[in-house]
Amino acid sequence: MLIKSAPDILSSEITPESVYRNRRQFMGDALKLGVAAGGLAGIPAPAFGASGDALRARAPADMERSAPAGWWQEKFDSIAAAERGGDFWTDEDLTPYRDVVTYNNFYEFGTGKADPSQRSRNFNVDPWSIEISGEVDNPGSYDLEDFMKPHQLEERIYRLRCVERWSMVIPWVGFPLADLINRVQPNSKAKYVAFETLVDPDQMPAQAGRFNIIEWPYREGLRMDEAMNPLSFLAVGLYGNYMPPQNGAPIRLVIPWKYGFKSIKSIVRIHFLEAEPPTTWNMMQSSEYGFYANVNPEVHHPRWRQDMETRLPTTLFSSGRIETQMFNGYADQVAHLYQGMDLARYY
Amino acid sequence: MRIRLRTCIKAWIWRVTTEPAGVSLALLSNVKALRNPTLWRILRAVAFCVALLPFVYLLQGAVLNTLGADPGRELALETGRWALRLLLMSLAITPLRELTGLAGLFPLRRTLGLFALFYAVLHFLIYNVFLLELRWSEIGSDILERPYITVGFVALLILVAMGVTSTRAMVRRLGRQWKRLHQLVYLASALGVLHLLWILRTDLFDAVLYGTILGLLLGYRLVTRLKRRIRLGRARAA
Repeated sequence: MLIKSAPDILSSEITPESVYRNRRQFMGDALKLGVAAGGLAGIPAPAFGASGDALRARAPADMERSAPAGWWQEKFDSIAAAERGGDFWTDEDLTPYRDVVTYNNFYEFGTGKADPSQRSRNFNVDPWSIEISGEVDNPGSYDLEDFMKPHQLEERIYRLRCVERWSMVIPWVGFPLADLINRVQPNSKAKYVAFETLVDPDQMPAQAGRFNIIEWPYREGLRMDEAMNPLSFLAVGLYGNYMPPQNGAPIRLVIPWKYGFKSIKSIVRIHFLEAEPPTTWNMMQSSEYGFYANVNPEVHHPRWRQDMETRLPTTLFSSGRIETQMFNGYADQVAHLYQGMDLARYY
Repeated sequence: MRIRLRTCIKAWIWRVTTEPAGVSLALLSNVKALRNPTLWRILRAVAFCVALLPFVYLLQGAVLNTLGADPGRELALETGRWALRLLLMSLAITPLRELTGLAGLFPLRRTLGLFALFYAVLHFLIYNVFLLELRWSEIGSDILERPYITVGFVALLILVAMGVTSTRAMVRRLGRQWKRLHQLVYLASALGVLHLLWILRTDLFDAVLYGTILGLLLGYRLVTRLKRRIRLGRARAA
C-alpha cells in the first residue's frame, strides 16, 4: 500500500507517529472488539499537531525526553515552525521518530546502528561548555546556556543523506550556524571553521575500544562560505524535543547538502583558522572521503555507487530505493559555492 | 646466545614433530560413554536445531518487524555473519576430532558445512531480492565491479559446489577429485573473511576475530601436515 502525502496536507491530518507506530496493536484491538473494516474510520483524533501547534511533528508522548536542565525547557517553549514551502522545509514523509533515534552512526558509542541508542542512555549533557578559538574576536569557553541564549530556536525539515547510501527526513530544532559565527566575530584570516566532538571514554565506550582505528576527537570542518550558508544549522533537538544523545546531544551540526558524516555531533570546540582543517574520515581514508563530501550522484564512493539511496524506514516489501539528487536536492541554495570546481577531484 | 637459541629451536622442532598430537585430549576417546553412538546421534540432532536458531530468530524478527529501520539490510548482514561462523565451526571439526580422537564428531563437519551454505544462500538471496529488488543489471555490475562482492560471490560458488557434492554417492563417484574439490573450503573461508573485512568502515574487531580463528584452524592443518611429511621422511630413511 502506497500512501503519498499531498503538498498541501494539513499537519492535523497527519496520523500521529504514536498511532502509526502502534498500528498493529490498534488493528489487533479493533479485531478483538469484532470491529471489521468499518472500524477503520474510528482512528482516534491526533494527540498533537492539532491544537494550534505549528510544528510539523513532535516526538511521540511515550518516547519524549525530559529536559536536561530547567533552562532547556524554557528555551524549547518557543520554537518557530519552518515556513511551509520555504527553503528549510520539505513535504516528503518524515522518517518516524523511533527510526531517527534508533538507527544511528555515532562511532563514539560503537559501530552497530543500534549501539548509539543502547549505549548512550546515561550520557550527561549538563553542564556543557563550548570553546571558541582561533582567528576570532570573541574567543573563550562558553557555557551552553549562554551560548544558546541569544538565539531563537526554529524547526527545519531537512533530508539527511548518509555516505552509506541511506537517507532520512528529519524535523530538527536549532538555530543557523551563521548567526553564531556573526556573534563570535571571526577576523579576516578565518577561512575555515573546524569542529570537534567530546572525548570522554567513560561516557563514550568505543573511544576506549581497542579495535577502533579512529583517532579521537572526531573532527569536521567547513569552508567559511559554506558555514555562512543559510542552510548550515546547529541543532539542539528534533521532533520538537531535546536532542537524544545518539543523535548528537546537546548540540550538533546539520549540513543537509553534504554526506551525514560532515554533520558532527556533541560539539565541544569550534575553531576558526586560515588553512583547511584535518577531518576525521579524510584522515583515515582520503581516497574514500574528501573534505567537501558534497552529496553527488555522479561521483561514486570507491566501494559503492552513490546515484541511489535507501529512504528509511524500509520494509521487506519496499526497499525504499530512490534516486540521489545533486547536493541532496539543495543545488539551488548551494551550487554557487562550488562554481568552477572539479567536483570529481574535490569530492 | 645465538647457538643456544638454535639448539632450543631444534629441540622444539624435534618435540612437535615426534610427539603424537594432543596426548591428554586423546584420552577422551577412552571414555566409554563418549563412544556411544546414540549419544552422538542426539548431539548431532541438538547441533542441527542450534544451527537453525539464528534462522528462526531472524524469521521472527522479519514477521514481527523488530529488525529496525532497514530490515533487509539487517537480514543480509546477519545471515552473512552466520554463514561465516558456521563455516569456521565446520573447519574446527577435523582438528577437534584429531585432538580428542572422538570419531563421533566427524559427521558434524558436513552438517555445519551445509548450514554455512544454507545461510550463505539466504544472504545472497536477501541481498538481491530485498536490497536490489532483482535489478539484474545492478546485480551483475556489483559482482563484476565491486571487489568485495566478487570475492563473496566466488566463496558462495565454492560452497554450492561443495554442497552439491556432499552426498555419499558423490563422494564415491568423485573419488580422489572429491578431496581436491573440498579443499577449496580453505579458499572459500579466506574469501569470506576478506568479504567481511572489505565492507567494514572502522571497527576491525569482527575481521580480527574471524581472521584469527581462521588463522588458527589453517595453521593447525599446516603444522600437522608438515609433521606427517617429516615423519614419513624419517620412516623412509629408517
